Amino acid sequence: MTRRRAALGGHTYEFADLRALLAAATPERSGDVLAGVAASSEQERVAAQGLLADVALSTFLDEHVVPYDEDEVTRLIVDSHDAEAFAPVASMTVGELREHLLRPSTDTTALAAGLTPEMVAAAAKLMRLQDLIAVGRRTPVVTAFRSTVGRPGTMATRLQPNHPTDDPAGVTASIVDGLLLGCGDAVIGINPATDSPQRTTELLHLIDDVRARYAIPTQSCVLAHVTTSIEIMERGAPVDLVFQSIAGTEAANSGFGVRLELLREAHEAALALDRGTVGTNCMYFETGQGSALSADAHHGVDQQTLEARAYGVARAFDPLLVNTVVGFIGPEYLRDGKEITRAGLEDHVCGKLLGVPMGVDVCYTNHAEADADDTDALLTLLGAAGCSFVICVPGGDDVMLHYQSLSFHDALYARQVLGLAPAPEFAEWLSTMDLLDEAGRVRELPAAAMRTLTAGVR
Amino acid sequence: MTDPLDVLRASTRARVALGRAGDALPTGRLLELRAAHAAARDAVHTPLDVDAVAGAIAGLGVEVRQAAGAPRDRGEYLTRPDLGRRLASGVELPRGEHDVVLVVADGLSPLAVRDHAAGLLAEILDRLDGVRVAPVVVATQARVALGDEIATAVGARDVVVLIGERPGMSSVDSLGVYFTYDARRGRRDSERNCISNVRPPHGTGYAEAATTLALLMGEARRLKLSGVGLKADPALPAG
Repeated sequence: MTRRRAALGGHTYEFADLRALLAAATPERSGDVLAGVAASSEQERVAAQGLLADVALSTFLDEHVVPYDEDEVTRLIVDSHDAEAFAPVASMTVGELREHLLRPSTDTTALAAGLTPEMVAAAAKLMRLQDLIAVGRRTPVVTAFRSTVGRPGTMATRLQPNHPTDDPAGVTASIVDGLLLGCGDAVIGINPATDSPQRTTELLHLIDDVRARYAIPTQSCVLAHVTTSIEIMERGAPVDLVFQSIAGTEAANSGFGVRLELLREAHEAALALDRGTVGTNCMYFETGQGSALSADAHHGVDQQTLEARAYGVARAFDPLLVNTVVGFIGPEYLRDGKEITRAGLEDHVCGKLLGVPMGVDVCYTNHAEADADDTDALLTLLGAAGCSFVICVPGGDDVMLHYQSLSFHDALYARQVLGLAPAPEFAEWLSTMDLLDEAGRVRELPAAAMRTLTAGVR
Repeated sequence: MTDPLDVLRASTRARVALGRAGDALPTGRLLELRAAHAAARDAVHTPLDVDAVAGAIAGLGVEVRQAAGAPRDRGEYLTRPDLGRRLASGVELPRGEHDVVLVVADGLSPLAVRDHAAGLLAEILDRLDGVRVAPVVVATQARVALGDEIATAVGARDVVVLIGERPGMSSVDSLGVYFTYDARRGRRDSERNCISNVRPPHGTGYAEAATTLALLMGEARRLKLSGVGLKADPALPAG
C-alpha cells in the first residue's frame, strides 16, 4: 500500500491507498457519499484526479482494490491479464492512457485483454463526457447469435415485454407492439414476475414460438436466475441466451447466488445447445453501479470501479449482450439526471474497452430527480458513443418493474436522427415483412404486416 | 372493420399501440405519460398529513404516537437510506411490554399511506386477538428498518411496518407490509416477510393482506423467526 499526497488550493490531501484515491477521484455521485468513500470537497476530488493521472498502469497489477486472496473476481482479473496485449501501454500512466485512447492512431479494441477493469475505470474518472463518447465510439465490440450486435453504424434494441402476472396474451401484445416499431434485434427478453422453472419454460416457449412463426432473426431470453436456466436446459427447454445479474466482487455475486464456476457451467451448457446461426455468443449479463454497496459487499471501493470489475467477470464468458441498468436502483446511488448520464457513458466506455458488447438500459425511477428529457439526452449521447443496444418497453413504462426505460418510439428517434441501423439480419427481416419504407424508416401503420402480426395475439 | 391494434390494447395494461407522430408519440399520449409521471413524483414528494392519518387511526379505537426518521428533509431522505433507518434525535416513545408494534411509515409514497393505512390497520387489528399490541406509531421520513428501532424503543418484540412503496407510473399508491420477528437494529431484509402491492381494488385487498399477515405472525411465534426461514403462503408475493 502506498500513501499518496497532493497539494491544491493551499491544502494538502492524503490518500491511504489506491482504493481511496480511486474513490476520491470519482466525479460526484450519491452512492459514493452513502458508502462514505467520496471526496469531501471539489478540490480534494481534483487533487485526487491529479495524483491518479500520474499512477503507472503497472501499479494496478500489483495493488489490488479488493484482496486477491479474498475475492475470486480479483483472481480472475489478475490471472487472465494478457501481458502481450498490455505491452503497448505497459509504461504509461493513467493520464497517458486517456490521451492514448483518444488518439486516432490507437487501435483501442486490440488493447482489451491487456487492460484491467481498474485501469479503464481510472481513465474514465479523468474523462469528460466527450472523451467517454469519443473513445466509446472508436471501440466497437461485435458479437452474434442469430443477429449481429455492435457493428459501427448500428444500434440494436432489447424488446422487454414485461407483464405483472406473466400473462401470455399480455406478453405477446407487447412483443407485437415492439416488432411493429422495428424493435427486438438484440433480444426479446422478459423479466419474469415469478422465477420458477415452469414459468420460465412457458415464457421461453411463448417467445420462441413467435420468433419461429415469423422467422425473426433474433434471440429469446427469460431473465431467470442462472440456476433456473441450467435446470431447464437439462430438461430440453429452448434456451438461446443464459441470463444473470452480476457484480464486481465475489461477495456481491454471492448476494446474487452466483459463483464464477456456476457461470462456467451455464456457459458450457448453452454452448452445447448450439442454437445460434451467425454466432455462438450465448450469455447475457446485467449490471449496475451501486449493486455491490446495496449488497454490503463493496470493500470500500467506489461504485464505478466495482462496476468495471463486473465487466471483468462478463468478458470471461463471451457474452452476446451486457448492459448496465443505469438509473434503476434509485437516487441513493445516482441522484439525478446528471449523475445517471455520466454513469451511463462511463459504463459504456469501460465495457467496450474491456471487450464487452455493452448496451445500456437508459432508465430512471420516480423517486430520482430525472425525467424523459434526461433519457432523451442520454440516449442521444449513447447513440453518438456507438452503444451496442438499448432497452425498450411499451411507452417507456415498465408495468411490472415500476420504472421508466426507453420506448420503442425512442429507438426510432435515435436511429433516425443519428443515422443508425438495426442489426443487419433484423433490418433485412423488417424489409421482408414490409415494415420499412424506401428510405429504410419503419413504416407508420403498415396494415398488412400489422394484421399478420396481431393475428398471433390470443 | 375493427382496428387490429384494439386486440393489443385489450390484452395488457402495458402502454401498447400508442400511435405515432413521425417517430415520436402523438401529443395526447405524450401528455398522458407526463401526467402519470407527475402523479408518481407528487406521490413521492407530497408530505404525509400526519395529523389526518393519526386521526383516522385513532378512530379505530387505538392510541397513536408520532415519530420521525433522522433525515432533515425529503432530499436527504431519498439519497441517505441509512438515515431513514434511524430515529431523529429527540424522538421519545413511551416504553411498555408488548408483543408487537404497528408502525405506519410514509416511505416512498405518503399517498399510499393516506389512502390505505387506516383501512388495512382496521383489518389487521381485527386479527390480533390475544396479542399485546403497542400504540400505533406514525413515522415520517422512514424506511422499513426504522421499525426495528421503534420496536426497541417501545418495548415490543415484533414489528409490522406499513409503508408506501416506490411508485410506478401505473401504480402510485401501493402499500407494503413488512413483518419482523424479534425486531432490533441490524436485522437484515432477509429476516423480514413482505406483503406488497396492497391497494384495493387494483392490488391486494386489506382483508387478504391482513389474513396473510396473521398467518405469518402465528407461524413466526411458533418457529421463533421471520424472513426466508419462515415458510410463506405460496400466494404470498415475493418480497
